[in-house]
Amino acid sequence: MTLGTLPAQITDYANRADPYPLYAELRRTPVRREGDGTYLVSTYYEVRSLANDPRLSNDTSHRSPGYARIGQPNEETGLPPSFIFTDPPLHDRLRDTINRPFGPPHSPRFLDDLRGDLAKVVTELLDAFEGKDEVDIVEDFSYPLPVTAICKVLGVPREDEPRFHGWADALASSLDPQAGEDGLEKAQRARQELGSYLTDLIETKRRHPGPGMLSALAPEMTPADLEATAVLLLVAGHETTVNAITNTTLTLLRHPDVLARFQREPALAVPLIEEVLRYEPPVQFVPWTTALADIDVADTTIPEGSPVWLMLAAANRDPKRFPDPDRFDPDRKDNEHLGFYTGIHYCFGAPLARMELHVAVPELFRRVTFSRLLEDPPPYRANAVLRGPRHLPVAIEGLTA
Amino acid sequence: MSTDTDTEARRQGRIVVVGASLAGLRAAETLRDQGFTGSLTMIGDEPYEPYDRPPLSKQALLGRARPEDTALPRRRDVDAAWRLGVAAEGLDRDARQVRLANGDTVSYDRLLIATGTRARPWIHPEEAALDGVFVLRTRDDSACLHRKLTSGVSRVLVIGAGFTGSEVASACRELGLEVTVAERGPAPLVGALGGVIGAAADRLQRSKGVDLRCGVSVTALEGDYGGRLRRAHLSDGTAIDAEVAVISLGAVRNTEWLAGSGVAAGPRGVACDAGCRVFDVNGIVTDDIYAAGDVARSPHPLFDYQFLSLEHWGNAVEQAEIAAHNMICAGTKRIPHLWVPMFWSSQFGINIKSVGVPPLGDQLVVTQGSLTEERFVAVYGYRGRVIAAATFDGAKWLGFYQEQIAAGAPFPPEYRTVDRRTETLQPVDPDFPDPHLPTHGPTVTLSGHSPSERRVQFVPSRA
Amino acid sequence: MRLVVDLNRCQGFAQCVFLAPDVFALHGEEALLFSPRFDEEQRDRVEKAAAACPVQAILVDYSDEPTRGVTGGVEPHVD
Repeated sequence: MTLGTLPAQITDYANRADPYPLYAELRRTPVRREGDGTYLVSTYYEVRSLANDPRLSNDTSHRSPGYARIGQPNEETGLPPSFIFTDPPLHDRLRDTINRPFGPPHSPRFLDDLRGDLAKVVTELLDAFEGKDEVDIVEDFSYPLPVTAICKVLGVPREDEPRFHGWADALASSLDPQAGEDGLEKAQRARQELGSYLTDLIETKRRHPGPGMLSALAPEMTPADLEATAVLLLVAGHETTVNAITNTTLTLLRHPDVLARFQREPALAVPLIEEVLRYEPPVQFVPWTTALADIDVADTTIPEGSPVWLMLAAANRDPKRFPDPDRFDPDRKDNEHLGFYTGIHYCFGAPLARMELHVAVPELFRRVTFSRLLEDPPPYRANAVLRGPRHLPVAIEGLTA
Repeated sequence: MSTDTDTEARRQGRIVVVGASLAGLRAAETLRDQGFTGSLTMIGDEPYEPYDRPPLSKQALLGRARPEDTALPRRRDVDAAWRLGVAAEGLDRDARQVRLANGDTVSYDRLLIATGTRARPWIHPEEAALDGVFVLRTRDDSACLHRKLTSGVSRVLVIGAGFTGSEVASACRELGLEVTVAERGPAPLVGALGGVIGAAADRLQRSKGVDLRCGVSVTALEGDYGGRLRRAHLSDGTAIDAEVAVISLGAVRNTEWLAGSGVAAGPRGVACDAGCRVFDVNGIVTDDIYAAGDVARSPHPLFDYQFLSLEHWGNAVEQAEIAAHNMICAGTKRIPHLWVPMFWSSQFGINIKSVGVPPLGDQLVVTQGSLTEERFVAVYGYRGRVIAAATFDGAKWLGFYQEQIAAGAPFPPEYRTVDRRTETLQPVDPDFPDPHLPTHGPTVTLSGHSPSERRVQFVPSRA
Repeated sequence: MRLVVDLNRCQGFAQCVFLAPDVFALHGEEALLFSPRFDEEQRDRVEKAAAACPVQAILVDYSDEPTRGVTGGVEPHVD
């Protein structure tokens, strides 16, 4: 294995099912300079330290010329960058505004109040397993729930939800550094369609407010900022949660001892879900940060203007932080994983994702008696950043009420 | 004696912990966790099991938590004999005995002093005895004050605008009470954070409706014929009608019980080494008496080996853990207490945090955000290196500055950061009321991620 | 049942508030307030909150036993 090829190997689809040996290789050099001047950071303390470093920017326009500028406004839509690709003070102002109808201090119960609705969706999805002996966990379970959840959060009418599925799919792939022309074009088109749909919806919500964040935010934000935000929440909030639910299911079916214990002790769901977020994080790495100054880390200087990739999934398996890191262990103490990143860009949707996981996972394993995985490893999606199975076919033996 | 037999011996015997609060409890848990099987006695002057104090000036005053509900969670069973409600009154080092207020004596093989601090009382005892005059340190103090604040008072006087006083004032405003704060210094929080940040705290208090009077002291508290507080007289000749006065003039260390014992204890605390072993009055380290928490003062390599005594929650926890560890292990296994000081305060809806030792700072620069927006990071420098940082609603950045302090990073920081404003690029005097200029020392940095790994490294002086 | 949050570690991610809004609250944008005592009804939520804390700052004690020997008085002296 030659050193220069590691990022290429990580993004190579052939390694999608198991990138962890590559991450282990990467950790041998905690801060690695690639041939093009990109820096990959893969060890826990270094990733955490950089995530908290004010010299690291999420605004890729600070990159030296010639590097990819993920997240920058594209000419076609003319929308401003969504808040994940901004720095303070703009970032803080946008995030505070968006948080107002979403979470504490102003709306601490907004998500909690959606719990019952989501539980109902889970029940319906599982009821449909009746009489089947094979299901695809992705298509039949993980995929539908997050779209419904994000539509409820935004206030999108239920009948429009199917259209959101397609858009979310196309847009998520654009976060992949290896998206390719075809993917980018598809994403662009989806973004335009979603854009015009949202423009109309936001205008409607402005005139006739209803439940959900769009109505609450319409008077607070410019239509362009709100549209960019809605797109971000959809893209980042959908695919990642699909992956989190699917990864949890896959990981449990691969660890029958833990599964058996989980069925005896439903309370195991809580640490188990956190451990999956460490073990198979739905966002594998963050390739859109940039050094604003020369940064010394782990005996390496990252020069100003360099693209920096923070390898969350590699850091989550750093033996210096997590003993026996490749072991899936729900009893792990002090599980300070980076599955939702850390610092000011900590995943905005983490509480929603956790709620979906807490609603979906225990119920799935309470009601369904699994027989086995029909394909292991399952087929994965192309995306290396938002990594997860495209399908997860499983054989089931039965369903309880 | 070999290391192993020494360790074995130290895991047995009698350990007595004087002080049954945060530090005492965490020390006891650590002792048991690390294999101490001997007898353990916990002595506390208050009749309550260990409880958490920070909520007493925050959620307890707001009525969002009851003072009696603040008992600290346990990490494990400590299997101790608890002697609560009776203070330690004396120490006999020759006999290895602690004398209690009721005349009992308790024998020890090793002793941990964790007696903490108490609120500094009002200077005039007869005025302090007036109905309506409070201090705030204990569970009972908090319960009494909360009862009073919710009984229909019209104006509260807070004497002293340090952290506790400012938090009390904040709670009063939130309860809808009129509040006057009298502070001898030029602004709130100046002692801890200096005048530059103090000015931001000053604006914050006034914007929330506090009647803030700086540069004045309270000369007298006046009661009515029934012994109830009714008025306070200030050094500027004015008077304020108030039914409640909260004395927030800092803390006094509980060391009086050690008078004559021969250990190095006094108003500034109990002196100990970096391994928490207490010095005797000759400056010779003892090996059977340890100290931890607010009452301890120990030399810190990062801060020129000055003896720091830190009235910080986090320091109590970590120093207790290290003292306990060192009490039961052999010499080479001992670890130093190299905590980077840290504290927090929440007041007027703002989260104020700090890391390092701001009062050592001779310069200050706002590296992120803006003082006027009440969201910023201020970094303190001392002789060209980063020595502390303070944030208003910027806690997520503090870890970075903590690393800068531990690494002895150069000050002023000249690198570009997110949210760096042009108007604050030049370092200024942080404006501490009584500049403290310690002697020059070597540059020292810390390494290691967890307390048990942390060690000091000397680095060559920068040219 | 009791809990304490190490507010030195706490950075105001507020994950606990989302999960257990009756036990945790934000005071302003970042400062955390918590109820140091909670009952059985909140147990499941507090467990989730403690597990979700990104900096693992929440210490929970699910036992509800008062300290043995704590009766407000002094235990018999044995020496």
